[in-house]
Amino acid sequence: VSVGAIAVAPGRTVSAKQIGVAGIVVGAIAWVITVPPIEVRGMTPSIVLAVVAVLAGAWSIVGGERKLGSEAIVVALFAVAGAAASANSSTVTLESVFTWSALVAATLRYATPLLFAALGGLISERSGVINVGLEGQMLMGCFWGVYGADVLHSWVWGMLVAVIAGGLLGLLHAFFSVNLRANQIVSGFGINFLALGITGYFLEYHYGPNGTPLNISMVPNVKLPLIQHVGFFGTAFGSANLMTWIGIALVPALTFFLFRTRGGLRLRSVGEKPRAADTVGLSVARIRYAAVIASGMLAALGGAYLSVGFVGSFSNDMTNGRGFIGLAAMIFGKWKPWGALWACLLFGLGSALSDRVSGVNQTLGTLFEALPYVLTLVAVAGLVGRSRSPAADGIPYIRE
Amino acid sequence: VSLLEEELQAEAEESTGAAARSPAALTAFRRGASGVTVPILTAVLAFIAGGLIVLATGHNPLSTYQSIFNGTGLNWLFPWVGGAERATAAGNLQQTLISATPLILVGLAVSFAFRAGLFNIGGQGQYTVGGIAAVWVGSSFAGLPPVLHIVFAIVAAAAAGAAWGGIAGVLKATTGANEVISTIMLNWVAIWLGVYCFQLGGPLHNPHMPSTPVSNNVVGGAKLPVFWGSASLQGLSIGIFISLALAVAYALLIQRTRLGYESRTVGFNPEAARYAGMNVGRTWIRVMLICGAFGGVAASLDILGWEFNLFTNVIETSQIGFYGIAVALLGRNTASGNVAAGILFGALLTGTSNRNINLSIDPTLVQYLTFMIEGIIILLVSTDLITLRLLKGGRRIGVALRRGPREAPRADQGGAA
Repeated sequence: VSVGAIAVAPGRTVSAKQIGVAGIVVGAIAWVITVPPIEVRGMTPSIVLAVVAVLAGAWSIVGGERKLGSEAIVVALFAVAGAAASANSSTVTLESVFTWSALVAATLRYATPLLFAALGGLISERSGVINVGLEGQMLMGCFWGVYGADVLHSWVWGMLVAVIAGGLLGLLHAFFSVNLRANQIVSGFGINFLALGITGYFLEYHYGPNGTPLNISMVPNVKLPLIQHVGFFGTAFGSANLMTWIGIALVPALTFFLFRTRGGLRLRSVGEKPRAADTVGLSVARIRYAAVIASGMLAALGGAYLSVGFVGSFSNDMTNGRGFIGLAAMIFGKWKPWGALWACLLFGLGSALSDRVSGVNQTLGTLFEALPYVLTLVAVAGLVGRSRSPAADGIPYIRE
Repeated sequence: VSLLEEELQAEAEESTGAAARSPAALTAFRRGASGVTVPILTAVLAFIAGGLIVLATGHNPLSTYQSIFNGTGLNWLFPWVGGAERATAAGNLQQTLISATPLILVGLAVSFAFRAGLFNIGGQGQYTVGGIAAVWVGSSFAGLPPVLHIVFAIVAAAAAGAAWGGIAGVLKATTGANEVISTIMLNWVAIWLGVYCFQLGGPLHNPHMPSTPVSNNVVGGAKLPVFWGSASLQGLSIGIFISLALAVAYALLIQRTRLGYESRTVGFNPEAARYAGMNVGRTWIRVMLICGAFGGVAASLDILGWEFNLFTNVIETSQIGFYGIAVALLGRNTASGNVAAGILFGALLTGTSNRNINLSIDPTLVQYLTFMIEGIIILLVSTDLITLRLLKGGRRIGVALRRGPREAPRADQGGAA
């Protein structure tokens, strides 16, 4: 029996790890009870629960689960802040913000572009190339998607044009990262500037001050026949965009590719030990090129969803940092597709909440915009030892 | 990079007979050559590439380059430029130096971190929180004596920047959080914090501007004195001297202090530094605090020197922290290099800005051309290889030209034997 374990019954103990997990759950509950549908008024129950969570966290730390225990404490602190916010809001406000079905639908909408960017970044980083240019590649997809959908009269073509544009920018990043052995973070920022200039220039050049046309062909929403009119599920999932489902489907597909196929193994080996991969006859350069181009294409799809799938037009610098949130989601998700999906959903929830809060209180809504970044900070600080970037991430490979 | 540099060096030795020099002299030569020629050539290349993009819009190459050059105001240095042209050149040179002022400091914020083995992408965030602090102090405390008010505002900006940089440093030192990620995240938190402060109804919003999201104006006593040009027409303030003084301080810090020595050692090899008894985590924290302070001061010089207020859209669109990375790379992380690269980058930005390229096309288009040019510049700065290859190609041609006649018979002899 390890230190910190509690005997709950003769012969049965609860480990420090279980206590830590319980602390996190209790901490979360401390906030959840203050919002609809439960809506406990007043702070007392939340504070009691939070104290329990902190104690569980402390116990867990004593028992050797430092990370889990501190997480429980952090969750409890956030929960108290959230509960305080709930206590200071009217029930009308709370109910207008926490309309869960609409919130879930909005979360999916906000998470979709992030998910494509995150998966793009994941492929690139797994091959050993840091792609800070995701933002720019997304922006390219955003504009060229609208351009393609407008000129070729179909969203399918729009997506294709977007993917080509993003792929080209990926190719440029690959050239700088692989052949010119650039500092990939700096060249990534260069890519972002370039994309900002290119998209803005062609927006002005082709469409002038009136902007892109309003009647372009858009990616359709998928009307699920069975649950479309079934209360909560109908609103939440009944008519999500096609791209949302494609994005979610990409997660298991990419997981399978990366961890169950020969191609995935090669990709990962190039990102972990390029020298070894080279020795067994793999072309490090070629694999990295393929990965970075694919990365640009995926990011561009995310951008194209934003313009062709959601808004229906393009405005200057439309991505507004979403590429970076995608990057953050990938890191938060520990360089794994499923992790990236959960992180994107969490960030999407943050944006959806921010949107809803803005409806009630504009000033407060702005602060919620910062939430994904703060969460990522907490995550990179807390995930030490458990997550690690690919060993050769960001390091140019030089053949001997 | 080093491989090619060595190759290049070997070739240069071969052609000049320098192989007999001592290893120390060789290292010094190599450092000097790669430290000065490569950045300069990169900048020239960037300049050419920038002109090429403008060229692509169908304008005369020579006049385009000339208008970019004149736009930088550097023609002011030519004694034969006179009259109205000289006045325009002076105005442009003032703008170049105004943009160089924060660039040098943001460059130093990146450089010092580089020296300690850290990649500070957070210049943007440190600059942003510094700006928030400077504009708050500068627009409040109206009764303070002028000099004191300026010092207070700059110190507040430095402290805010230091705090922002320090977060990344502390996270790195205590939990091992990658500073690249944490500083990128902190950039966005800073931006949203700024938008929160100055938006309509925000805590620091200017109440006299009910429909514009902007801060209060800096009061007269907190404005930096303008010493060149007109104060009402955005002349050059003494901020440039503060910037230069801090560059000197950086050089002393790196070369002459214990912290400088420790940070360089940690930068070379953290494990060795730890083994030698240095506290690596503490060094990281101190370095990031100082880097953040540089970024914060950079913003205060902008706010107190010519901006005087902060719009939320300025906070959202500012890219200066990212230019700072390019400045640091171009300046090879040295004080003098940062000053030179800061002025050069300031000149490139001013010279290619829409104000100065008279292309008789839509000014919004020129604005996006400028973004493209900046992108190409940053891409070029991200790698030395293009310049090195060009250098190598150039020398090969030079060597071949010089050697050509001598080598031909030697090859013939070899063939005969």
